[in-house]
Amino acid sequence: MRVYLVLVYVFLYAPIALIVGGSFNAGKQAMIWQGFSLEWYGKAFSNPLITEALGTSLYIALATAAISSVLGLMAALGLERVKGWLRTFFDALIYIAIMVPGIVIGISTLIAFVSIFELVNPALTATFNIRLQMGSWAVIAAHVLFNIAVVALLVRARLQGMDRSLVEASEDLYATPFGTFRQIVLPLLAPAVLAGFLLAFTFSFEDFIIAYFVAGPDVTLPIYVFSSIRRGVTPEINAVGTVVLVTSLLLLVIAQLILQRGNQARVRADG
Amino acid sequence: MKQVVIEFRKVSKRFGDIAAVIDNNLAVEQGEFLSILGPSGCGKTTSLRMMAGFEQPTSGEVFIRGEKVTGVPAYRRPVNMVFQHYALFPHLSIADNVSYGLRQRSPRPSAGEITKSVDEALDMVRLGGFGKRRTYELSGGQQQRVALARALINRPAVLLLDEPLAALDRKLRREMQVELQNLQRTVGITFLLVTHDQEEALSMSDRVCVMREGRVVQTGSPRDLYDTPINRYVAEFVGKSNFFSAASGNVTSVRPELIDIAARRKDLPQGLAIRTDGRVLNRIFLGEQTEYRIASDELGEFTVVAPRKAEHLSGTFNIGDSISAGWRPEHARLLPDN
Repeated sequence: MRVYLVLVYVFLYAPIALIVGGSFNAGKQAMIWQGFSLEWYGKAFSNPLITEALGTSLYIALATAAISSVLGLMAALGLERVKGWLRTFFDALIYIAIMVPGIVIGISTLIAFVSIFELVNPALTATFNIRLQMGSWAVIAAHVLFNIAVVALLVRARLQGMDRSLVEASEDLYATPFGTFRQIVLPLLAPAVLAGFLLAFTFSFEDFIIAYFVAGPDVTLPIYVFSSIRRGVTPEINAVGTVVLVTSLLLLVIAQLILQRGNQARVRADG
Repeated sequence: MKQVVIEFRKVSKRFGDIAAVIDNNLAVEQGEFLSILGPSGCGKTTSLRMMAGFEQPTSGEVFIRGEKVTGVPAYRRPVNMVFQHYALFPHLSIADNVSYGLRQRSPRPSAGEITKSVDEALDMVRLGGFGKRRTYELSGGQQQRVALARALINRPAVLLLDEPLAALDRKLRREMQVELQNLQRTVGITFLLVTHDQEEALSMSDRVCVMREGRVVQTGSPRDLYDTPINRYVAEFVGKSNFFSAASGNVTSVRPELIDIAARRKDLPQGLAIRTDGRVLNRIFLGEQTEYRIASDELGEFTVVAPRKAEHLSGTFNIGDSISAGWRPEHARLLPDN
C-alpha cells in the first residue's frame, strides 16, 4: 500500500517539482540541469509581455476579490433572513455556483455576453458611438459569479456559529441597526470575509479556463503562459509558474489561518 | 400605590398557532424586585422580550414610565437586559463592553466621563481593574458581573434579567443571589427577573408573579404565595405541599412542615382539626429536619417535615413505625384542583 501511496504522490507532485526546479536551472534547456540560477526570474520580470499580463491578472483578481467580498457578505446576511423553500432554493444556487465546472461558466458567460452585445451594441453605437466587447471586465464579471458563492459560504458558516443574542445585546444597549452592524456583526464576520477575499483573489488569479473564453483581446498571466507553452517550455515560463504557485499557496495558507484563528477566538469566548 | 415603571395592558403574543402570552396585565412598580416564575414554555421569557422590545405584542399595549412603547424597537427603550449566557461582545475588552451603551448616546459623553463611569460600574460589581481584560479570560461568575455592569451603567428604568443564574454552579448561584439583592438595594433600580427556579424567585424578590401556559396565575409577595396560594398549581410550584382530594374538584392542601407527628394520638398537641393514624413508609434525614413519608388508611400517602428542634417533643421514628399525625384547621387550605 505504501508503495502505491508514494507513487500517487510522485505522479501528483512531480510535474510541479519539475516546474519549480526548472525555474532555477541556469541552462536554456528546460530538461537538462546546468546549475542554480535566478536568471530566469530576472528575465521573466523584465519581459514587458509578462509584466503586462501580470498587471492584468492582478487587476482582475483584486477587483474580483473586492466585489465578491461585498456581494458575498450581503448575500449571506440577506439569506439569514430568508426562510423555508426560498432558503433551500438559494442555498442550492450557491452550491451550484461553486460546483459548476469552469468551462461551463466560461462558455455560458461568453454566450450571454455575446447575445447581450448583439442586442444593445447597435443602439449604443448609434447614440453614444460605443461598442461593448469582451475584455478584463468580462473576466471580472464571470469570476465574481462563482466567487460570491465562495464568500457567501464562508460568511454563512461563521454567521451560524455566531450567538444571536450578541445582536440583541447591542440593540438593547441603544445601538441602531446600522450601529449594530458596524460595531458587532462586521467585526465578528471580518475573518470570514477576509478569508473569502483571499480565496476569491487566488481563484481569480490562477484561473485560465473562464478567462480564456471571455478575456477578448486582454491577456492574463495564465493565458500568456498557455500561449507561450505552445512555442515550447522555457525556464522563463517555469519561473512565472513558480511565482503563481507560491502566491496561490501562500494566500490559501493565510486564508486558512485567518479562519482558524477566528474560530478559536469564538471557542474561547464560548468557554 | 407606588409608581408603575412597566405596564402590560391586555398583552397577548402569538407565534403562528401557539399563544405564548395571553391577556397579560402585569405592572412592575418603581424600585421593586419582581420575579416572573413558571416552567419553560409558560410565556415568561416572551413577556420579558416584549418589555425589552425584541418582540412586539400581537395585541395589547406596553407602557414604560407611563409612555406607550408598543412597536418601539429595543434600541429606543430605556430598559437594559442581562442575558442568560451574558452575550458579552467577544471582540471587545471588558471596559469597551461596559461602556458600549454610553458610546451609543448622542451626544456621546466625553472619553473622561466614559472612563469614570466604567470604573464606577466595575467597582460596583467588584471587578475594579479588570477593564483591560478580554471576556474569555473571566470565569462564568465574573462574566455575569460584567453583564450586570454593562446594563446598570445606563441607569435603566428597569433591569431585565433572563434566567441570569442558570449557567452558574450551585455555590456560585447562592453567592450571586445575595449579590443581586444587595446590588438592587444599593442602586435602587427596578429589577425584573425571569426564572423557573422557585427558590431563586422566593429568596430574592419583593413580589413574585406565577405564570402558567401564557397566563398570570397569581402575583404577590413570596410569603403571600406560600401561605395563600389561589390554586393547586401555585401551591405546588411555590414550595411543597400535600393534597387531599375534597368535594367538587377541590383539594385540601397542607404544607408538610405544618403537620404534627407523634407516636400516639394522645401525644399530639391540642387543637388539631384532623387526626389520623399511619405508618412510616420512608425517612430522609436532612440535618436540620427529617422528611417522613406516611401512609394512612383514611388519607392515603402524605409527607411530613419534622424540624430537628421539635424532636424532643415528637421523638424520632423509623421506617415501619406506627404514628399519629394531625394539623390545625387554619393550616389546611381548600383550593381549586387547577
